[in-house]
Amino acid sequence: MIKAILIFNNHGKPRLIRFYQYFAEDMQQQIIRETFHLVSKRDDNVCNFLEGGSLIGGSDYKLIYRHYATLYFVFCVDSSESELGILDLIQVFVETLDKCFENVCELDLIFHMDKVHYILQEVVMGGMVLETNMNEIVAQVEVQNRMEKSEGGLSAAPARAVSAVKNMNLPDMPRNINIGDINIKVPSLSPF
Amino acid sequence: MKELMVRAIYCESLGYEASFSYIHAIKLAQQGAGLEKRVGYLAVSLFLNENHELLLLLVNTVLKDLQSTNLIEVCMALTVVSQMFPKDMIPAILPLVEEKLNHPKEIIRRKAVLALYKFYLIAPNQVQHIHNKFRKALCDKDPGVMTASLHIYLQMIQENPEGYKDLTASFVTILKQVVGGKLPIDFNYHSVPAPWLQIQLLRILSFLGKNDQSVSELMYEVLDESLQRAEMNHNITYAILYECVRCIYTIHPKSELLEKAAQCIGNFVLSPKINLKYLGLKALTYVVQQDPKLALQHQMTIIECLDHPDLIIKRETLELLFRITNAQNVMVIVEKMLEFLRVSTDDYTTIDLVGKVAELWFIETMNTVFSVGGDMMQPDIPNSFLKLLSEGFDCVEDDRKLRLFAVDSYISLLHGEPGKLPQRFLQVISWVLGEYSHLREELEPASVLRLLEKLLDMKQTSSETKNWVLMAMTKLCVGGASVSVAQQVSETYISSMDTVLRQRAQELQHFGQDSEVRTRVLPRDTDLENTIFDVDSSLSFLDGFVSEALAAGAAPYKPPHQRQEELAQAKALSLEPYGLSLPISMSSCSIADRQSPTPLSMSSGLSTTLKLDGVKRVWGREGYLVQRESVEETAQVEVPSPLRSPSQQAEANGSHSQTPTQTPTPEPEQEKQQLAASLFFGLSSQSSVCLMGKSGPTSHRFRRKAKGQGSISGATEQTSKTKLNDSDIKGSDPSLSEDSGLVAADSEDMNPHEDPERPKDLCLSSHLPAELSGLCHSEISPLCSIQSLDLSACHVQKDDSLVLVIFIQNSSDSAIRQIPLDLDSDELEVMYYVSRVSDSPVEDVRSHDVAVYQYSLTVKRPSVHVEVVGTVSCPVGTPQTVRFSYKLPLTTFIRPLTLSTEEYGTMWLAFSHDTKQNLTLISDDPEPLTATLSVLKRKLQLHVVEIIGMEGILACRLLRDRPCLMHCRVHAGALAVWLRSPVPDLPDCLIYHCQRALQED
Repeated sequence: MIKAILIFNNHGKPRLIRFYQYFAEDMQQQIIRETFHLVSKRDDNVCNFLEGGSLIGGSDYKLIYRHYATLYFVFCVDSSESELGILDLIQVFVETLDKCFENVCELDLIFHMDKVHYILQEVVMGGMVLETNMNEIVAQVEVQNRMEKSEGGLSAAPARAVSAVKNMNLPDMPRNINIGDINIKVPSLSPF
Repeated sequence: MKELMVRAIYCESLGYEASFSYIHAIKLAQQGAGLEKRVGYLAVSLFLNENHELLLLLVNTVLKDLQSTNLIEVCMALTVVSQMFPKDMIPAILPLVEEKLNHPKEIIRRKAVLALYKFYLIAPNQVQHIHNKFRKALCDKDPGVMTASLHIYLQMIQENPEGYKDLTASFVTILKQVVGGKLPIDFNYHSVPAPWLQIQLLRILSFLGKNDQSVSELMYEVLDESLQRAEMNHNITYAILYECVRCIYTIHPKSELLEKAAQCIGNFVLSPKINLKYLGLKALTYVVQQDPKLALQHQMTIIECLDHPDLIIKRETLELLFRITNAQNVMVIVEKMLEFLRVSTDDYTTIDLVGKVAELWFIETMNTVFSVGGDMMQPDIPNSFLKLLSEGFDCVEDDRKLRLFAVDSYISLLHGEPGKLPQRFLQVISWVLGEYSHLREELEPASVLRLLEKLLDMKQTSSETKNWVLMAMTKLCVGGASVSVAQQVSETYISSMDTVLRQRAQELQHFGQDSEVRTRVLPRDTDLENTIFDVDSSLSFLDGFVSEALAAGAAPYKPPHQRQEELAQAKALSLEPYGLSLPISMSSCSIADRQSPTPLSMSSGLSTTLKLDGVKRVWGREGYLVQRESVEETAQVEVPSPLRSPSQQAEANGSHSQTPTQTPTPEPEQEKQQLAASLFFGLSSQSSVCLMGKSGPTSHRFRRKAKGQGSISGATEQTSKTKLNDSDIKGSDPSLSEDSGLVAADSEDMNPHEDPERPKDLCLSSHLPAELSGLCHSEISPLCSIQSLDLSACHVQKDDSLVLVIFIQNSSDSAIRQIPLDLDSDELEVMYYVSRVSDSPVEDVRSHDVAVYQYSLTVKRPSVHVEVVGTVSCPVGTPQTVRFSYKLPLTTFIRPLTLSTEEYGTMWLAFSHDTKQNLTLISDDPEPLTATLSVLKRKLQLHVVEIIGMEGILACRLLRDRPCLMHCRVHAGALAVWLRSPVPDLPDCLIYHCQRALQED
């Protein structure tokens, strides 16, 4: 599972931190510093995996990172995650950010920190990969954005009622439409 | 409030304390609506942890939201639940979350599954009863929910694979459908269907199929399909491939799949993409225990990775090497590891951990090395080991741990059966215990002493080892019980016949009694590097002693050479007996000379009180340096014929098994090849042929077949060809001598272009000396003429020399006497060849007769063509000097060198000058390599050592015996040739001639 997701810029300033395992406040900062220290001195032409960070657990853990312009995206995972899989997950996450913010940059992450968190929540939940389909993630986020807009318009109305109404009209999740031909049948299952 | 909360989150993420806002975050989650609630939940999940007391306030809110009709609120609640939830409160919300498993919205079901997984992680027993529901989630009609449920199954199967074997078929079916593209198109990522799902499934399958043949059999088909489908050149396909390979190697093996997987690993390792290389190394590390040959195939890549600028790759490589460590290559690998450690100790804590692992492992390995290698190993191995221990690494803590570990392991070894340990190992043990056993606080020095005493009592302990043990004891005896043990021991040995032992016992006794002296002489915990040894080489501290002795009437000291002279003068008549004894006394003298400077000047006072002077003293302030010396000393004494250490042998053997298939690679790689040979020795020995690169399998097959049994098709041809080439070393092969068309019976001369003109020279050649006439000679070419003298020359190739024959034909009517003839050459050494006729270079030439001069030529400095320049002057009439020159190709100095493949291997590594080039291959022959090599053999007199598959090795020597080795490989329609020799320029010249020979053909 994913232990932590850290985004910081080229100077080590954290832009988003998300721990899925509890660490004390100062420990978190130390982890960020250490991770930055490790990641920043690596060239661009070396591999995207790092092992043996001592703070977040032992040899089982590795750091998988990607460097985009001014930002480092670092995922700290244990051995149950596929390295290349996570690497592409970072890519998916960044592409999603890009789609939601239209040319995402570091400032977006600063000023819309909450949104980034929401997007992340749709990708990774409690340390588990929830969704890897970019369209799906974007759809989820858009639903929430619409809620925000309508809420702005109807600020006088009781918020709860409005949101209840909104949800009634929620569009169907796209993937549910053609589920019929998926045809995943599990044979030999014990009856329940 | 919402904005404020976001700012608080921001502050927290920057590391500023914002705990005052926690309660507000909870309040926001409780009371806010819609977006506010969302921010509240987000803030809570970021700020708080499972054990935070404020979290209890949230439980009610979560309960309420779970029951909400608003989907987003339910989602938010589930998200926060999966992020963190107090353990004790799980039962409160469990039914609600369970209920959500039946929710019509798949996103809710998905989140619910993950939330339950979280519960399972926190408190497995509380979700015991809903395992059925997990199964239902697994066959959920939405693939997303199914994917989510795989998280749970992965975890559960990892913990207990037995319990879920029945699900194997289901997982296989799912994977089959996913791979087969049955999922809707929007599950594709870079046109790969649901890659993450595939990865997850493959992981699960590998857990299920581990050590279970019947279950594994279910998977073979789908694994094969996955391997085939994953062809696209994208990261994510590689991720799937990697998982596939891992899975194939984890489950019950199936050879076809293993082959394919091995190929995949090859692709990974050879990939220029660094990430893939990393994974390839990881995969290799994973599989290498099952299939060490795979590592062999990629040994060059591995060696390259060792020098990779990326530390991570380097480390992974070391990890891989660590796995293939065996008794033979352990030294090289340890060396590599330490090298790495040195580089990386400053790399802060990341590498720290690895460092420790490697160090601990290091001691263990050294233990095995010592006990296995035993007394056969060279003394510098234990020395360097001890040096390493005492110098340590940069980190004090690491050093301490390492030493502590060493002490612990040795103590336990001594508790076992020390009698079986080799002497050298015992020496190491006693030194380590003497130096470092104080690090282990609870260890009584007395008990260590008793253990050591046991060693002394053993019959098989050599006196040298006893020395070490006594020294260790000396360091250890600090007060109390230990002193009595020490006294006991020293009393036993103080009367020993061995003077060195006696000295040690003396020391032990004295130090045992006088702890103050002991601490001065043997200070503890000194940093070796910082300690400056004041060695008083003039032995001034002995001056007093000397003057006393002089005063007492002793003879003054004379240096050995003076003594020798005096001796020779004094006893000139009876030189014989003394002459024999002299060197002996000399050598003992010199030993004393070397020994005596070692005591430190600071201990000058002590040395007299201890009555130790004059005896062999190897004490220092710090034990180790001194002991190193003593070991070297003993090495000289005890091991008169230096035995080859196992590692050396390993290198030699490894290289021999490797060379036949060596691929010509750029120059700096020769070290790497050497390294590879030593690293992979243990592995290659298993298959007797080193498999390298692509040529590996063929050569392997070839070898196997050549050994007998039924040989099939191509291999047979190769076998016979090779035999052919082996047999015609001396040109006795009929077909080849026909080719060369030489007249002489002993067809050594291979310069075909000379042949046609032979008849012309008949008159001159009849003058050839008898011993040369049997051999074939080159065309006799005119050099110059001076007055009535005509000079001609030819060269004769003899087996072990080249003879230059100069004919001086006197066409005048009178005899000419004393013709001064001088020969010189830049490249050659010209020696007048003593013939039977005359032993002077200057002789008389009778009228109308021919005088023959013979010179033997040897090459000083190889060059493509060598030239002999000479002057001749005619003593008759007007003095006139004429210069002439005679040119020879270098090939005339080349002779075949017959050696075995093994010898070739050892020699190959030893030579430093090399050159590489691609030559044209004779392509019109069915066997281009063999044909090409036979041309080289015929024209250049190279000896074909062996032809293996697409590679051949040849050897020759430059007169008289400077070898040059050649390795050829057919590569892309050309012959890649690699020449090596100890002689500079020789490879270059030879390659020129090879080129010429092949062009002419």
